[in-house]
Amino acid sequence: MKQVIKTLAAAVTLGSALMAAPSMAGGISDDKVRIGVLADMGGPYGDLCGRNCVAAVEMAVEDFGGKVLGKKIDVLSADDQNKPDFGSAKAREWLESEGVDAINGLVASSVVGAVSQVTRSNEKPTLISGAGSNTFTTKTCSPFNAHWSYDVVALANGTVKPLVDSGKKKWFFITADYSFGHALEKVATGVIESNGGKVVGAARAPLGTNDYSSFVLQAMSSGADVVALANAGKDFVNSLKGAVEFGLSEQATLAGLLVFASDTKAIDPSIIGNMRLTTGFYWDRDDQSREWAKRFVDRTGAVPTMAHAGAYSSTMHYLNAVKEAGTDEGKAVMSKMKELKPNDFFARNATLRSDGRMVHDMYQVRVKTDSERKNDHDLYEIEKVIPGDQAFGAQLPECDFK
Amino acid sequence: MSFLDINIFGLMGQLLVGLINGSFYALLALGLAIIFGLLRIINFAQGALYMLGAFVAWLGLQHLGMNYWVALFVVPVVVGLIGILMERFFIRPIANEDHLYSLLLTFGLALILQGTFTHMFGSSGMSYNIPDALKGGNNLGFMYLPTYRAWIILVSLVVCLGAWWVIEKTSLGSYLRAGTENPALLQAFGVNVPMMITLTFGFGVALAGLAGVLAAPIYSVSPDMGSNILIVVFAIVVIGGMGSIGGAILTGLGMGVVEGLTKYFYPEASTTVIFMVMVLVLLLKPAGLFGKEA
Amino acid sequence: MTSSASVHNIRNLGIALILVGLVAPLVVYPVFLMKFLCFALFACAFNLMLGFVGMLSFGHAAFLSTGGYVTGYLMTQVGLSTELGVLAGTIVAGVLGFIFGKLSVKREGIYFAMVTLALAQLVFFFYLQAPFTGGEDGMQPIPRGELFGLIDMKDNFNMYYFVLAVFVIGFSIIYRTIHSPFGQVLKAIRENEPRAVSLGYNVRDYKLMAFVISATLAGMAGATKALVFELESLTDAHWHMSGEVVLMTLLGGMGTIFGPVVGAAIVVAITTIFSGGQMGNYIHIIMGVIFVICVLSFRRGVVGEFNHFMQKNFTASGLGK
Repeated sequence: MKQVIKTLAAAVTLGSALMAAPSMAGGISDDKVRIGVLADMGGPYGDLCGRNCVAAVEMAVEDFGGKVLGKKIDVLSADDQNKPDFGSAKAREWLESEGVDAINGLVASSVVGAVSQVTRSNEKPTLISGAGSNTFTTKTCSPFNAHWSYDVVALANGTVKPLVDSGKKKWFFITADYSFGHALEKVATGVIESNGGKVVGAARAPLGTNDYSSFVLQAMSSGADVVALANAGKDFVNSLKGAVEFGLSEQATLAGLLVFASDTKAIDPSIIGNMRLTTGFYWDRDDQSREWAKRFVDRTGAVPTMAHAGAYSSTMHYLNAVKEAGTDEGKAVMSKMKELKPNDFFARNATLRSDGRMVHDMYQVRVKTDSERKNDHDLYEIEKVIPGDQAFGAQLPECDFK
Repeated sequence: MSFLDINIFGLMGQLLVGLINGSFYALLALGLAIIFGLLRIINFAQGALYMLGAFVAWLGLQHLGMNYWVALFVVPVVVGLIGILMERFFIRPIANEDHLYSLLLTFGLALILQGTFTHMFGSSGMSYNIPDALKGGNNLGFMYLPTYRAWIILVSLVVCLGAWWVIEKTSLGSYLRAGTENPALLQAFGVNVPMMITLTFGFGVALAGLAGVLAAPIYSVSPDMGSNILIVVFAIVVIGGMGSIGGAILTGLGMGVVEGLTKYFYPEASTTVIFMVMVLVLLLKPAGLFGKEA
Repeated sequence: MTSSASVHNIRNLGIALILVGLVAPLVVYPVFLMKFLCFALFACAFNLMLGFVGMLSFGHAAFLSTGGYVTGYLMTQVGLSTELGVLAGTIVAGVLGFIFGKLSVKREGIYFAMVTLALAQLVFFFYLQAPFTGGEDGMQPIPRGELFGLIDMKDNFNMYYFVLAVFVIGFSIIYRTIHSPFGQVLKAIRENEPRAVSLGYNVRDYKLMAFVISATLAGMAGATKALVFELESLTDAHWHMSGEVVLMTLLGGMGTIFGPVVGAAIVVAITTIFSGGQMGNYIHIIMGVIFVICVLSFRRGVVGEFNHFMQKNFTASGLGK
């Protein structure tokens, strides 16, 4: 028995020593660069990022040549099922035992919150391509966050402000009852009030509500000029359908605060046609974006959303930074990412701020009606380009990570 | 119009909307109650079969050009047949085991169905348009009632009352009830009891398919539409008294209204209020509101 | 079947397994092992009700999550040492178990399952709305703290041995419970309740006691799990979790000592394997298929079938009946 204990003790010591291998200064750790894509693959946000975010990251890796600094680039992926516990467990496993160097994808705000705790303590870049809460660069900001595609501040500035300015002062919210919905409502309320409007009411609908008729009735009896839908994905689709069915659209303007191209495509044009919304990307903007979108569609068959485009763009920028920094060590790469200016078909007039916010041009678009659409993917008309510094909020001093 | 008027109007609107949801609950709960009441099978796959109904309608429209009116008849038959196969190959082998096994088995079948559809069609949901004849609506003064919603109430009430009448008031119904009390005796009278059980199961499941078709135009057709509603419907059957057909129908409608009221006063609790009622009912009247103590 | 040979077998097997547990983290990623141990304890606790009293609780998620949230809250706000944090979560889960039990053990069969489900849904709603849980975001980060105020648990190896110890303690409590006179009465109730009543046993008190033990240990599993992942979320409180633990128990073999452990190992391994790549959808299909196969042709579960096989062929007892 003594012998056994001795052996065990020796084995444990050896094991601890192995596990505690120090991170390398410079060079590529374990001779590979691994990017993990974590997203909701089959749930309500599956179509706006999901498998096709993995495809977008793979496209970026292929376009980059498959290697950086002579070392192979691997793409891993996993389903977080929109659950923070699944996401953080997977991220932990990747970073601690599988040598993953950066995480991309990241859709549900709750998952991002949990994952960024793990990436922060492991010092690995976190490329947030899908989620929109502004807390990742404010309340829970981290030196390793790169919040890429859009955020709730940009959405509120892009969609809410023009409506208030046009004289629609009374607002009602139908809000998804979880952190992202609350954040969106709060930021939008700020924009409404500072521009002379007022919020006359809000209904909090549980996440995944199928039947919005009760909430629509509340909105109708509030007498609001604008009913804002502070939700996303399937919640947005269902709430909009309910609003139109009960005639709310005839008495008030409907404003979808976060609409992905995949959502627009899923809704009948007679319902969503002429709605104005804000997006971080639309494929049919110029030749460069069309060229990329064509390759994306050929590969996946799906219309690219701003999350897909953001996943590609952030991966490309990350790989460029690894190349310039000469290492995949997290801190060095992050500071290189903030030093280099992202510039591709997605990121226009862009810069990655020291708080991790990727500031770039946003777009106000109008949804085309049925008769205007030339094909399945012909969804928007870009009405206005919003320069990044007007779209995104100011940086907080406590989130200055150089 | 004073502030108070708006509130009363709002409240009436919520009650009506609650009644619409209640019709769905009643239809689904009826299927579950028939299957449990007559066959003592707890069918946890009822939600998945409701989802299947919506998908069959959608697929029929996409690939076969089957319109809504045809779907209304064809889909329940298709779903009913699938239910019959389910009963024949999965449920019958464990017919003599504890109820809990049928619950676990059908829970497994529900997972398989939902997983398969998610895999095949993604999860963002498909849209199915309201048929032209049922578009539009009427202003009732206190709210705008879309015609399609009125149609749902109508269909659901007719079907529920019809089923209740057949089971409680006709000789076919009395055979069914006798079959659960004493299958051997009924068999001795020359009734093919296993066949009767299979058909009853098929009918209960077909009701879920019908609810699926009714739901397709107003909710998005998505793989998880059934799992969200199942647990609520299940609670309704328990509240009504397991096996009580009339209890399931009345409780379904009633819970729709209770939920509507909750959405008015405390929307965050709207998904939980039914379980609060369930706890209270089970503590005070364990056999359910309309059930008989076993 | 409770021959001394059998007890001996189990003890030897137990010691062997503990030895395996001690060296396992050298080979396998420790967080995976910790996850497995937490779920194994959860399933064993659940099995005490289902397998040894014959009552299906569909609300055990409430205890798992209560353990997690209470421990998480105290670790975050008060900064307890690790063992006190876990203890606190465990106790509160036990108190909740007493309340649930008081309300539900009067009911039988499906009604018992439904009361526990409904109560668990109310608990879920509370955690969804209460501000301290963080709602859908979950509660995070939860510090792992220091064991006895001395040993830093941030290190995965230290944490692992702590979790292993918690598991061994929990498992021993269940083992002792089942093999005590109290456990014999439980089995008597399972086999023939009216007879137990006629023998003068207060059946409800026995059921209540078993339920409280089961809930307490489920809470202990939840408290430990929250520390392992430094996070507690609504997943643990959702009724799907109550379903998952049924699956683990059924798959491993309900009413056997080691069954739930085996079931937990299989389920945790499957979810881990299939969460990688883009195969998330397959998890549901596979789980469903497992349910169906278990119910149709494998009702004794892995360990139950093994025991049955051993008894039939060698008449010696298997892994603890």
